[in-house]
Amino acid sequence: MRRVAITGVGAISALGRNAAEFAESLRQGRSGIGPIESADVSQVRFQNGAEVKGYTHQPYFDDRRADFLDRFAQFAVIAAREAAASAGIEWTPELRETAAIVTGSCVGGQSTEDIGFHEVYKMGHNRVHPLTIPKTMANAGASHMSMEFGITGPSFTISTACSSAGHAIGQAYWMVRSGMTDLALTGGSEAPFSFGILKAWEAMRVVSPDTCRPFSKDRRGMILGEGAAMFVLEPLEAARARGARIHAEIVGFGMSADACHITQPSSEGAARAMRAVLRDSALAPEQIGYINAHGTATPANDTTETAAIRAVFGPHAGRLAVSSTKSMHGHGLGAAAALECLATVLALRDGILPPTANFTGPDPECDLDVIPNQARCAQVEYAISNSFAFGGLNAVLALRRG
Amino acid sequence: MSDELIQRVLKAIATSKRIPLETVTIDSEFQQLGIDSMDAVEILFALENEFDISIPDDEVRSVRNVRQMCEGVAKLVAAKAGAGAKP
Repeated sequence: MRRVAITGVGAISALGRNAAEFAESLRQGRSGIGPIESADVSQVRFQNGAEVKGYTHQPYFDDRRADFLDRFAQFAVIAAREAAASAGIEWTPELRETAAIVTGSCVGGQSTEDIGFHEVYKMGHNRVHPLTIPKTMANAGASHMSMEFGITGPSFTISTACSSAGHAIGQAYWMVRSGMTDLALTGGSEAPFSFGILKAWEAMRVVSPDTCRPFSKDRRGMILGEGAAMFVLEPLEAARARGARIHAEIVGFGMSADACHITQPSSEGAARAMRAVLRDSALAPEQIGYINAHGTATPANDTTETAAIRAVFGPHAGRLAVSSTKSMHGHGLGAAAALECLATVLALRDGILPPTANFTGPDPECDLDVIPNQARCAQVEYAISNSFAFGGLNAVLALRRG
Repeated sequence: MSDELIQRVLKAIATSKRIPLETVTIDSEFQQLGIDSMDAVEILFALENEFDISIPDDEVRSVRNVRQMCEGVAKLVAAKAGAGAKP
């Protein structure tokens, strides 16, 4: 089995248009949550989200190309361009033919679909725009990435709700580790701010009326986010041989299914995914120094996740630093695990653990060191990033300082 | 709280949860009826449609039984009638 390095990173999110801006926001504990601007929320009970502020396609795509890409696919390509550029990949015909793309997305281009269905259902028009299908499909991000770079190897998309990008990155990691491919572009992207989707989230009553306060006593739910994060994965030896910058190593991937309830989280399922990642990476619980939590700030998730961490890590749970960066970049659904993998990579690489922002006070049922409000300087060797989806499908990544 | 309102709430709960109407009473606890958080959210959706009201998230956070649910609905229905009576 080969060791796997992350040699390229890219991101676009509420925390900025690139990975450096993302890192700076996390360092400062600055939240990207604010009033939703890209959808009309006058008839929605919640008003705040974590959007890519003032986004327009013009600096990234000419108008005709943009016609073919829903916002979520645009984000995928933008983050992938940055990741590929930062990795300094030299594209050869052989590499293009064997490189892989694995992306995650939960809702895909449903915002485009929302517009089309509004036309026929509400406006009484008799036709929907012909690009509705190709813009809506959840694999559009991966497809446009393949066209962007001329990658013709194995490329696909995984949709497991809030774990989508975690499953995608884990799969890409296993593909590079096993020798199936020598380069993978992987991550997740999402753009869920459309009226219909927001109403659906409103009906679930899990969205906070103000902001996202994970593990906080007075937490009131999640805040939706959007964006993308993408990574270039290569065999560590090859990356070293070409002198590439190693941002971090991925050292394990664990999955589980709750087999319990379609929305309620299960601490047993979460614990099994964390145990699986420790097995896959051959790490002892005591070797983990930081956990980027799923930490949605719903009443149910945070207590369940705390119980799961305590079950897996035992006494070491009290020494672990745990934070939820969803407090800053929001819940990016299918992009969440990618944004959080990036936050974990940056924590290891830069020696700065990102805080749980908007924290107002401890909840006895979430009695972990959640790095409240202030980033912390700490050299950590190993970290994990948790993703627990609606539907009970869990994905956990383990990373090592590069 | 009128009997009519209570009956409509009981019926909304039974229909939504797909349990016999006679199993649901004003004194039922959600736990007894096997109503979990997602079931509760579905029942709130049914009640909003049944009474043409909007039930704020904050109003439902502490609701654990049918009586509390009926009282909450009655309050919102009264508030709606009050608002409608204004010139």
